[in-house]
Amino acid sequence: MTRGRFSRSRVSGLLRKEFLQIMRDPSSIVIALVMPVVLLFLNGYGISLDAKNVAFGIVDESRTVESAGFYQAYASSPYFKPTLYLDAPEAEEALMRGDIDGYAVLRGDFSRRLSGTGPAPAIQVIVNGVDANNARIVGGYAQGAAVVWALGRLSERASLPAGLVSLESRYWFNPEIRSTDFIVPGLIALIMTLIGALLTALVVAREWERGTMEALMVSPASMWEILLSKLLANFVLGLGGLALAVAVGVFVFHVPFRGSLPVLVLISSVFLVVALGMGLLISSAARNQFVAAQAAFIATYMPAMILSGLIFDIDSMPRWLQWVTHLIPARYFVSSLQTLFLAGTVWPILLPCLAALSGFAVFFLGAALLRTRRSLE
Amino acid sequence: MWRRILALILKEFRAIWKDPRSRYIVIVPPLIQAVLFAQAATFEVTRVALGVWNEDRALAATELLSRFDGSPAFRLAGSFDNPAEVAEAVSAERVKAVLHIGQTFSADVLAGRPAKVQLLLDGRRSNTALIVQNYAAEIVARYDLERLQSTGLAGQVSMETRAWFNPNYDSKWFILPGLTVLLTAIATLLITALSVARERELGTFEQLLVTPLRPLEIAVGKTVPALAIGFVEANAIAALAVWFYGVPFLGNILLFHLGIAVFVLSTIGVGLVISSIAKTQQQAILGVFMFNVPAIILSGFATPIANMPQWCQWITFIDPIRYMLVLTRGVFLEDLPWPLALDQLWPMALIGVLTLSFSTWLFARKLQ
Repeated sequence: MTRGRFSRSRVSGLLRKEFLQIMRDPSSIVIALVMPVVLLFLNGYGISLDAKNVAFGIVDESRTVESAGFYQAYASSPYFKPTLYLDAPEAEEALMRGDIDGYAVLRGDFSRRLSGTGPAPAIQVIVNGVDANNARIVGGYAQGAAVVWALGRLSERASLPAGLVSLESRYWFNPEIRSTDFIVPGLIALIMTLIGALLTALVVAREWERGTMEALMVSPASMWEILLSKLLANFVLGLGGLALAVAVGVFVFHVPFRGSLPVLVLISSVFLVVALGMGLLISSAARNQFVAAQAAFIATYMPAMILSGLIFDIDSMPRWLQWVTHLIPARYFVSSLQTLFLAGTVWPILLPCLAALSGFAVFFLGAALLRTRRSLE
Repeated sequence: MWRRILALILKEFRAIWKDPRSRYIVIVPPLIQAVLFAQAATFEVTRVALGVWNEDRALAATELLSRFDGSPAFRLAGSFDNPAEVAEAVSAERVKAVLHIGQTFSADVLAGRPAKVQLLLDGRRSNTALIVQNYAAEIVARYDLERLQSTGLAGQVSMETRAWFNPNYDSKWFILPGLTVLLTAIATLLITALSVARERELGTFEQLLVTPLRPLEIAVGKTVPALAIGFVEANAIAALAVWFYGVPFLGNILLFHLGIAVFVLSTIGVGLVISSIAKTQQQAILGVFMFNVPAIILSGFATPIANMPQWCQWITFIDPIRYMLVLTRGVFLEDLPWPLALDQLWPMALIGVLTLSFSTWLFARKLQ
């Protein structure tokens, strides 16, 4: 057998070595099979965007029937858990302590002005802007509750049906609008990004650190065969982890799966090659485990969390940053998984994602191969 | 004794600093991330692609539509004539929501009958869908309210909303102080966790143990470099936030540094516990990830703790990042007073003391 030509027996020998290594040191198995499940559990419950029962203060300086009605409107809204305060400084203090996210002030002349004496009453709402995203949502809810309250009062007096014109919302693919249903598929993508990169990044970086990589290189096996066998062994492990994560999503979090299973396997496989390829590239560039671990976290996990559309909507980002998100492989996997789980096999979405992921797979594998080969010299 | 500790500290610094890649990885990527992520992390939804399926060409429907068109939250991105077109556009994500106005809408409004409009939303992005739904509901309710008011039934009520500490709801003001904490935590935790594990793997830890150094001195020697790197990292990102992004820094800079010191001691404590249990670097890295990923998610960095289920909220009490986030955001945006800062400082200090003494005990036990 000549060096450089692809040899099946060499690859299967290398594969056997990889699997033996995996069996001997349980850390790869922990990464691939335990981490996805644990992380999915904690994150699945931890990320919730459903702001319900927001702690909100109502400062009632007027203490009248009308102001009590205003308080009631908030108490009956599913979004608020209002607390009554008698003066503004008291509510302000509660806001500073973080006990409430915001408060509305009804001045002493609220009812008088409401009944038509003097200018229309002004309700002041203060929200704690430290969490700007949450503040925006709370402010919006507060406005909404006030409009509902005003409408209710009007229709009462005019004996008209409440909310004559009303909006009826229907959520496709997610009728109960459970954020779990959309978070969990995205989380699977996020977690597999990390797992895939860690599997190869750490394992190969350790071989570099211990010098066993050089030992492999002086064997008759070509670089391509060495990387291929590492890729294949970890691919099997990663796919196992992915299957577990999908099972947890479907059976524990009860996320519906409406797409086709073979398509899921296909896209996941391509994505896994991308993630493993990223890990290989990191490890050949890093050479030690500290740098590899830090790089795996910072170059794969953090962008996948923030730029993939998992939590923050890509369409709301500045235009140049939207372009940057196209360079994040997780973005395509998040989108594919959300569609496959909730909508079904929608090819107009899945095909571009599949194409992009395939491109990334070729790129990362090629880069890892080149980079490792060059470092030989 | 001090000379011994100093020598160990110098050695630890060299171990990190001698490798250019290690130097690079703790400094450059965090700064790049701070620049990129600050722009990304917003829940503001603007110019949402809204499809319209209008079966009613009369005045009321047109008026309602113009309110949607005029709102900064929406842009009209297509009109449809039948359910099949709507279904296709929504599932291919060409529009995020479709407003459906039925044939009898205007007639119903004129006749004083209850009139409904329908909003179909893409529930795949339930977060965006919820926000979009809120905007739409408010537009419709306001339309209804003003229509009723125009009949002269009642005086108007005005509502004015102000966001304290961040009047423009700028998410960068929220996310950058958070990133300061997060990236500092990631770097310091990994450095400490790996420093002992690497020595163990290379066998140099035993050599360290047979030197005259006492366990406490070893712990101090392993602590100081991470502490220093933590200070540099936190200050670099804070400086970027203030000078590049214009995030205000209203609080006491001493309080901020006291916070970093206590916080980094707590992450170092966690890192040392992990590294004294782990036998190899790989196990230490796994330990760090198993701690870091949930600690970030449960800290309130991206989503509020108040939204989590109760049992998750209990777990957040042992998460040092949680306290440092409150402290840092407070120091940046609201000039956090000392008594409120203390509420955040003592839990971190407690976590630090517990983890540091536990890891020292573990080292001491290894000595025998």
